[in-house]
Amino acid sequence: MDFDLSDEQRLLQDSVGRLIDDHYGDFSHRQAYAREPHGFSPRLWATYADLGLLGLPFPEDQGGSGGGPVETMIVMEAFGRGLVLEPYLASVILGGGFLRAGAHGGIVPHVIDGSARLAFAHLERQARYDLHDVATTARRDGADWVITGDKSVVLHGDSATHLVVSARTSGHRRDPAGLTLFLVDATVEGVSRHFYPTQDGLRAAEIAFDNVRVTDAAIIGDPDTAAPLIDSVVDTALAALCAEAVGAMAALQALTVEYLKQRRQFGTSIGSFQVLQHRAVDMLVAVEQARSMAMYAAMMATEPDPQTRRAAIAGAKVQVNRSARLVGQEAIQLHGGIGMTMEYKAGHYFKRLAMIETLFGDTEHHLRTVAASL
Amino acid sequence: MDLRFTPAETAFRDEVRQFFRTEIPQAIRDRVSAGRHPTKQDIVTAQRILNARGWAVPHWPREWGGQDWTPVQRYIFTEEMQSEAVPPPLPFGVQMVGPVIAAFGTDAQKQRFLPRIANIDDWWCQGFSEPGAGSDLASLKTRAERDGDHYVVNGQKTWTTLAQYADWIFLLARTDPGVKKQEGISFLLADMTTPGITVRPIVTIDGNREVNEVFFDDVRVPAENLVGQENKGWDYAKFLLGNERSGIARIGVSKERLRRIKRLAAEVPAGDGVLWDDPDFRKRVADVEIELKALEMTQLRVVAADSKRTDRKPDPMSSILKIKGSELQQATTELLMRVVGPYALPYVPDDEDDDGRLSNALPAGPEWASTVAPLYFNTRKVSIYGGSNEIQRNIIAKAILGL
Repeated sequence: MDFDLSDEQRLLQDSVGRLIDDHYGDFSHRQAYAREPHGFSPRLWATYADLGLLGLPFPEDQGGSGGGPVETMIVMEAFGRGLVLEPYLASVILGGGFLRAGAHGGIVPHVIDGSARLAFAHLERQARYDLHDVATTARRDGADWVITGDKSVVLHGDSATHLVVSARTSGHRRDPAGLTLFLVDATVEGVSRHFYPTQDGLRAAEIAFDNVRVTDAAIIGDPDTAAPLIDSVVDTALAALCAEAVGAMAALQALTVEYLKQRRQFGTSIGSFQVLQHRAVDMLVAVEQARSMAMYAAMMATEPDPQTRRAAIAGAKVQVNRSARLVGQEAIQLHGGIGMTMEYKAGHYFKRLAMIETLFGDTEHHLRTVAASL
Repeated sequence: MDLRFTPAETAFRDEVRQFFRTEIPQAIRDRVSAGRHPTKQDIVTAQRILNARGWAVPHWPREWGGQDWTPVQRYIFTEEMQSEAVPPPLPFGVQMVGPVIAAFGTDAQKQRFLPRIANIDDWWCQGFSEPGAGSDLASLKTRAERDGDHYVVNGQKTWTTLAQYADWIFLLARTDPGVKKQEGISFLLADMTTPGITVRPIVTIDGNREVNEVFFDDVRVPAENLVGQENKGWDYAKFLLGNERSGIARIGVSKERLRRIKRLAAEVPAGDGVLWDDPDFRKRVADVEIELKALEMTQLRVVAADSKRTDRKPDPMSSILKIKGSELQQATTELLMRVVGPYALPYVPDDEDDDGRLSNALPAGPEWASTVAPLYFNTRKVSIYGGSNEIQRNIIAKAILGL
C-alpha cells in the first residue's frame, strides 16, 4: 500500500497547481473568462494543450501520455480548487474516454491539440440518472444511419466541434442492450443546438437531432452493445468529478477558516468561538472523508469487474456528495452575508459543489446502487 | 500511488487471520461477536495465546517483545483482530502503561513490569479521571505527598474500567499544588492490594459492572514506583492519550458488526419476507458501509503518514479517526436496534439480581436479542471516553485549523 505520488505525478501536481494559481488565483480572472464567447478562455485551453494536459489520459500510441485515474485525479483536484471553466471533463474525460478504446484515431490528435472539442450527447429529458434510458433512435437507411431525438443538458455541448451521441438501434427505451454510440460532427445538417449557461457558470446545450445522416464509420465500438462502455466512461467521469469536488471543497474549507480568523465581532475574531470552531472542524472531517473516497474512486475506476467498480464509484459519489453539501452549506453559514454575494468566491464554490452533486447521479441514486450491491 | 495491499501485506493479513481463526477458541470469539463482554478468563486466555506467538505487544520496542512491523502491518493486525472478534490484549496494560514504562521508566521498572504486562500476569487499570476532572483532566485533585521513600496518596479516581480484577493501577496524582495545574502532576504505579485502596463498582445504563470508583486513603506507594520525573506526569499522560487515540477508530469492530447485521437481517421476518428485503433498511446499511470505507481509507492515510514521521507526537488527524470511528460504532448499534425490532425490549436479569420474582421465562425472541439494547446503551460511551468528541474537535481546531 502506497499513498505517495510518483516523481512524475508530483511534477504534474506542481505544474498544474502553479498553472491554476497563476490563471485562476485571482477570482476576477474567472469572471473575465466567463464573459468569453464560449464561457471559457480559449487561450488557457491552448495552454492546457501545450502542457500536454489534453492528451493526458490518452494512450501513448494515440499521441497521449498514457496517464491513468491518478493523473486525472491530480488535474481535476487542481481544477476544482480553481473553479475552472474550460471543458476538460466534457472533452477529455468523457469524450476522450469513448475514443480511448481505439476507434476514430483520426480525431484524437485534434482533441489532444485542443482544436477539436468533444461533448457527450446522452442525457434525455425522461432519463434522469438512468444511463440506459435512451429514446433517441438511429435507424438503418441503406448504408447510412439516421439519428433522430433530443438530448438534454449536454455539458459544453454549445461549443463542442464533435458530439458523442448515444442512440437506440434496437430494444425498448430502457433496455441496456441495443445502444450504439456515434461520433457526429456538431455542424452537420440536422443538428440544432440551444445553448445556455449553467448555475455554476459553465455552459451546456439542448441538442436536437433531426434525421442526422451518418455512416458506419461514425460508430464507436460495436453497434447495439454500447452500454458497458457508457457505464465505464461515466464511472471514470464520476471519479474525476469526485476529485474536482474535493479540490473545490478543500479550497472552500480553507477559505472559511481564513475568514473565521480575520472576521471580528464582539471585539474578537469569530474563530475564537467554540461553536464555530467545531463546525469548522466538521467541515474538515467531511473534506478528509471525501478525499479518502476520491482516492478510492481513482483506484477502483480501472477495476475490471463492472459490478464491483459501479458499487465502489457509487459509494465514493455518495460520500463526496454528502461532504460537498455539508461543506458548501456550512461555508455560506459561517461566512454570513458575504457568502451570499455574487462577487465573493465562496458562493461560487457552493454552487459548483451543488451542481456536481446532481451530475451523473445524486446521492439517493448512488445510495440505491450501493444498497443493491450489498 | 497504489492503495492496494502489496502481496507481502496480503500474505501477512492471511497469516494473522488464519491464526485468529484457528488458535483463539471459537467460544470466546462467538461471545465477542454476539456483543457480550468477554470474561476476565476470555481476555487472559486470548492474550496469552497471542503472547506465546509474540503478538501481544507488537507495537512495543523490540527488546521488550515488540515486532518490527510497519504501520501498515500494525493496522492490518489490529483490524483483523477486531474483525475476527478476538478480545484485544488488555489495553490498560499493553496500550497504555506498557509504552509509558518502556519509554520513560527505569530499567528496574521495565524488567519488573513489562514481561508481566505482555503475558497479562498482572491486570492493570487506569487511574486518570476523577469526579471533578473529566475532559479537564489536568484539574485532578488526588494528592501524592512525599514521606521518606514513599508517596502517600489520597483522593478518588472514577470510571476505572475493570478495576475489580486489577492487580495494579497507574495513576496521575498532584505532587506540587503550587504551580500551573499541568506542571504539578506525577505518574505513579500502585499495587491494588496496598492498604487504603477501595474499589466500588458503578453500574452503567446497560446493567453492566464495567467501571468503578477507586478510593485512596493514605495509600503508601514506594517512591521507586514513580515513572519518569516527579511533576512531569502530564507529559507522560499526553503521550499515553495520543497512543490511545490512534487505535480508537475500531474500524474492524464496525466491519464485523455490519457483517452480523446483514446476516441477522436476512433471518428476521418483515412483511412477506425478511428485513434484508426492505430497501430503506438496506440504504441505511449502505450509508454506514460507505462512511466506514471512507474512514478506513482515512485511517490508512494516517497510517501511511505515520510511517514517515520521525517525532513521536500524536498526529492530530487521529482525532478525526476518533470522532468518525465512534460515530460509526454508534451507528452500527442503532442498525442492530432496527434489526431486533420489538425484541429489543425483553430484559434478562443477571442471576445475582434475580431470585425468581423478576422473571420466570426463558429469554423472549431470538437468542441474540437480549444483548442488542445493552450494546446500544453501552456504546454511547465511545463518543465520551478517550477524550470526548468535543475535546477532539478542540484539538483539531487548534492543531490543524489554527483557530
